[in-house]
Amino acid sequence: MTRVPFGDFVAGARARGRLVVQPRMGFSDPGRMREGLARTRAADAVTVGTLTLDSYTRVRDLAAARRAVADGVPLNGYPICTHPPHTSRAVLDGIHDASFPVQVRHGSARPEHIVSALLDLGLDATEGGPVSYCLPYSRTPLRDAVKSWRTACGMLARHTGDGRVPHLESFGGCLLGQLCPPAVLVAVSVLEGLFFAQHGLRSVSLSYAQQTSRQQDLEAVAALRLLSDELLGHVDRHVVLYAYMGVYPHSRGGALTLLEAAARLAVTSGASRLIVKTAAEAHRIPTVADNVEALETAARAAADAPAPPPGPPAADSEVYAEARTLVHTVLELDDDVGTALVTAFRRGLLDIPYCLHPDNAGRARSFIDRDGWLRWADTGALPLPTAAVSAARKVTSADLLSALSHVQRAYDLGGTP
Amino acid sequence: MNSMHGIQLPSVLVTGTSSDAHTWNLVYLQLLLEEWGHDVTNLGPCAPDDLVLGAALEHRPALLVVSSVNGHGHQDGLRLVRRLRSHPELAATTMVIGGKLGTDGLRNVGQVRRLLEAGYDRVFDDGDVAAFRELVSRLPVRAVS
Repeated sequence: MTRVPFGDFVAGARARGRLVVQPRMGFSDPGRMREGLARTRAADAVTVGTLTLDSYTRVRDLAAARRAVADGVPLNGYPICTHPPHTSRAVLDGIHDASFPVQVRHGSARPEHIVSALLDLGLDATEGGPVSYCLPYSRTPLRDAVKSWRTACGMLARHTGDGRVPHLESFGGCLLGQLCPPAVLVAVSVLEGLFFAQHGLRSVSLSYAQQTSRQQDLEAVAALRLLSDELLGHVDRHVVLYAYMGVYPHSRGGALTLLEAAARLAVTSGASRLIVKTAAEAHRIPTVADNVEALETAARAAADAPAPPPGPPAADSEVYAEARTLVHTVLELDDDVGTALVTAFRRGLLDIPYCLHPDNAGRARSFIDRDGWLRWADTGALPLPTAAVSAARKVTSADLLSALSHVQRAYDLGGTP
Repeated sequence: MNSMHGIQLPSVLVTGTSSDAHTWNLVYLQLLLEEWGHDVTNLGPCAPDDLVLGAALEHRPALLVVSSVNGHGHQDGLRLVRRLRSHPELAATTMVIGGKLGTDGLRNVGQVRRLLEAGYDRVFDDGDVAAFRELVSRLPVRAVS
């Protein structure tokens, strides 16, 4: 099989002015998984394929995954460590090739078993990170997640050469999916990218999830591009945008309009790749058809979107200033990025609002301001100026519910936030 | 410790399931229950069965709330409640589960019946705050000594 590294494929599409679109798709049934990949490949868009894994595999409860497969109970993703390798190879055979890279998406804080399984299948693109898949999605101590991700990065990096360039995407731009002020999303993405590079990866992507304000999102992606140019100039890199990761519009019209806004944001902000959401998102695990519709809708919206202004992004934004302060504060703690991250969270120098993980300080609080921007209600011990706190106040359950559904309500009512 | 008018409201243990990484449902339930005056221990997402059992035996909550939205709620919730109900110390604890419990977004009558038979006192539909409040308000209250 002729290989094209994941990063080269995305760079090639970008050079042709095309946004790469990608689903978040996984089924436990191998036949359905293969059909999903085949129809992603055949979609009228520049696509890469995804194997999204199930929750049991993510938390390494492989006994539960085995039982579910044996009993025919549907899982919420593809159990890559459970189906025999020949079954998984048959899923990929003739679909995964130079014109169609496939990435494994999982959510594991301790991913060695997953990385081992994907390398065995000839795959070498995946995503996650020691912070982004630990604090929001697990109970694994951060120190252990850092250790596991060091090992996982080493396993991937060892497969560099002979035409292969393993690719790792930081999930740092998501964290809890919504209500995190962009500076923290940008900082965690950049720091995880630096962690990957420190452990041998030569091709990375930095993520950012669409939030509540288009203007603030444009500033955030600009900040992400600038900081990665400053600090990751020695590795292949691109920005991947996630269509809104919070409570999704229930109506078909609202859901697709939000996706179109994400696709336009991706193009105009200078991102190279977009992970889509579907019209079914609020109701169930999306079908293959839901995903194909989302990919083609996003590709059409992207084709009509204005390109980013030429030259480097503007460096005078608040998001850039805050994110730069956070990144450099952490990097000064230790030469080893992983160690620096553990120290930073212990001291509250990084703090994810509302995250319940025992290793997260949990003092920072955020809210959606009247102009739709995400701002700080409390910065806790974050090294940000006190002026960054816009409205110190207690967030109630009603405030929280209202903030969580801010985007969903606006789009379901036919507008934008 | 929360107490209102000399009355101590029942304590609540809120938890996700072992395979479910979602957090917002748990943060929201905690804020809601605290505003109603309850003491809340929140185990957060991806709580293994052992941790839930240990916390239940340690805190002896009047109410244990399992919330799941990842589609594995039926399987994980069933296994968890059988484990919890096998401990006689927890016989008097009210246990409920709610959220999006299956992968298809549909309420499955057979699965709800199995959850109830296995030991849950109630199975809530996603977002049914009114019914949840009704149940919480009927929990036995004891005077602060």
